[in-house]
Amino acid sequence: MSYLLPLFTAIPIFSAILILIIGKFDKKNFPRIWSLLTSLSLLFILAVIWDKGTMIHEMGGWKPPFGVVLVKDNLSQFMLLIVNVVAFLTIIYSYVYMIKFEDYLRFFTLFLFMLAGMNGVVLTGDLFNLFVFLEIASIASYALVGYGVDAEELEASFKYLILGALASVFILFGIGMIYSVTGSVNMADVARFIIVNNLSKNNALLMATGLFIVGFGLKAGLVPFHAWLPDAHSSAPAPISVMLSGVLIKVLGIYALIRVFYSVIGITPVVSNVFITMGVISMLVGAFMGFGQDDMKRMFAFSSISQMGYIAVGIGIGTPLAIIGALFHLLNHAGFKSLLFFSSGVIQNSTGTRNLSELGGLREKMPVTSAASVIGSLSIAGVPPFNGFWSKLIIILAAFSAGYFWLGGILVLTAFLTLSYYLRFQKNVIFGEPASIIKNVREAPFMMILPMVVLAVFCLLAGIFNSWIINNIIIPAQSIITNQLVYISSVLGM
Amino acid sequence: MTLYFLNFVLLIIGLYALVVKRHIVKKILGVAIMEYAVNLFLILLGFRKSGIAPILTEDMDLRTFIHTAVDPLPQALVLTSIVIGLGTLALMVAMAIRLYERYGTFDMDEIKRLRG
Repeated sequence: MSYLLPLFTAIPIFSAILILIIGKFDKKNFPRIWSLLTSLSLLFILAVIWDKGTMIHEMGGWKPPFGVVLVKDNLSQFMLLIVNVVAFLTIIYSYVYMIKFEDYLRFFTLFLFMLAGMNGVVLTGDLFNLFVFLEIASIASYALVGYGVDAEELEASFKYLILGALASVFILFGIGMIYSVTGSVNMADVARFIIVNNLSKNNALLMATGLFIVGFGLKAGLVPFHAWLPDAHSSAPAPISVMLSGVLIKVLGIYALIRVFYSVIGITPVVSNVFITMGVISMLVGAFMGFGQDDMKRMFAFSSISQMGYIAVGIGIGTPLAIIGALFHLLNHAGFKSLLFFSSGVIQNSTGTRNLSELGGLREKMPVTSAASVIGSLSIAGVPPFNGFWSKLIIILAAFSAGYFWLGGILVLTAFLTLSYYLRFQKNVIFGEPASIIKNVREAPFMMILPMVVLAVFCLLAGIFNSWIINNIIIPAQSIITNQLVYISSVLGM
Repeated sequence: MTLYFLNFVLLIIGLYALVVKRHIVKKILGVAIMEYAVNLFLILLGFRKSGIAPILTEDMDLRTFIHTAVDPLPQALVLTSIVIGLGTLALMVAMAIRLYERYGTFDMDEIKRLRG
C-alpha cells in the first residue's frame, strides 16, 4: 500500500496547477471547492494508511541508499494528521474569510503548494529531498504572508523572506557537510554510517549540527532566531496565520529538528543543552513580550514562541516522558493556537480592529466566537481539564524526574505568565464593558464558526481523554524518536 | 583546502552584505552570493582535478572510470538548488519592487512600520 505515499505531495501539486488553469474561467467557486475536495481526499488517504506500520516507498524503484525514499512511520503519520486536519479546517474557514481579497485563485494555488511542501517534509527519508520540500513550503508561505500587498504585509513578508533564505542556505550547507563525511544523503544510511564508524566527535558533523540548529531554529522561530515570527504571523491573513503558527513552524522547525537530531545525527548532551537553553529563553522572552502587546495577533505570535519553547525543552530533556510531553504539547498547540488565530480573524473581520484597547464585551454580540476563544485561552494557559494542562504537566514532571529542578521552576513560572496575559486578553476583549465600536457587530457566518467549534471540542476532549490520545497516538510516535536503530533498520531493510 | 577556505570567505561576504547593508538590493545580492557559495561548496565536494564526466561508455575500464570520474550526485543536487535559488531570488526582487512602490525607498532602516 506504500504506493499511496507519493499522493500526499502529488495530489496538492496537481490540484494547485489545475486550479491555476481552470480557475481562469471560474474564478470564484472552482478554486475553493476543488481545494476542499483535495484536502478531503488527503484525509481519506491518511485514514486508509493509518496505523498500518512503517511503510517505505522507493521512488522510481531505486533501493534506499541510492534513490529517494518516502517513509511513513508513526511519527510521520502523527505529523500528517496535524498538518492535514488543520489545513482542512483552514480551507473551510477561508471559504468566507478570503472574500474581501477577491482572489481565490492565487490564494488556494499557493496554499496547496504549501500543503504539498509540508506533507513532503514529513514523509521524506532523504536529507536533500527534505530541503527541496522545505523550500516549496517556505516560498509559498513567503508569498502568502505578503498576500494583502499592503505596506506592513510586504515589510513582514520581506523580513521573513530574507531570514528564511538565510535559514535555507544554512540547511543546505549542513547537508553538504554531512554528504562530505558520509557520502550519502539518505537519512537512514547517514545514520548507519555515523553509528558504524563512531563519528559522533567528527568536526564536520559538529559544524553540520551547528548549521542545522541555526537553520531549523530560524524556521521554528526559537529565540534568538525569532525576529521574523511576530511580524509575519500578525501581518498575514488569518488563515495563513493559522497555518504558520499551527503547522508550518512545527513541521519545518520542530519536526525537522527531531528527525535530523534523533533519527540521523544522533542526540548528544551538547545538543540537548542547546535545545533546553533555547527553549527556556524562548519561553521567557515570548511570555514577557506577550504582556506588552496591544495587537491581539502579535500577542498570539509571541505566545507561539513561548509555547515552541516548551516543545524545545521537552525534546531537549530527551527522556521518553519528556518526548511524550513535547509531542502532546505539539498536538495541543496546533489545536488551541489555530483556534485563537481563527477567533482573531473573526473578531477583526467583524469589528475592523484587533487592538485589545479598542475592544470589549464581545460575549453578548458574538457568543460562539467568545466561547471558543475562552476555551482556547484556558487551554493554552493550562487550566484543567483542558488539554494544555496535561501536556504542560507532563513536561514539568519530566523535567523534575530528569533532575532539572530549576528548569521545572521556570516551566511553572511561564505557565503562570501565560495564564496572566491570556486573562488580560479575555478581560479586554470578551468580558468587560462593551466598547462603542461593537454596537453593530453580529456573529460570524457558519463557515467561519465551524472550524472554531471543532477545535474547541477537540481542546476539551483531548483534555478529558488524554490517556487515550497518549496511548494510541503519542506513544507510538515517541517510540520512533527514542529508538534510532528501529528507524534505520526499517528503512534500510536490515 | 585553499579552495574550501576561499569558498567560506565568499559565504562570509554574502552574510556580511545581508546583515550590515541597509539597501534592499544589496541585501538581496548578499543572499544570492551566499546561495552561490553553498552551491560552489557542493560542486567542490565532487570536484576532482583533471577528472572526466561521469558517463560510463563501453570502451572504458571500470577501474580507471572509478578513479578518474567526478562525483555526479553533487551536480544533480546543485542543479536543483540553483532552480530553487532562482525562485527565491525572483520573489525577493518582486517584493523589493512592491516595497519601493509602498514606501518610496530602498533603505531598510526607513521601512519599519512594524515594531520589534
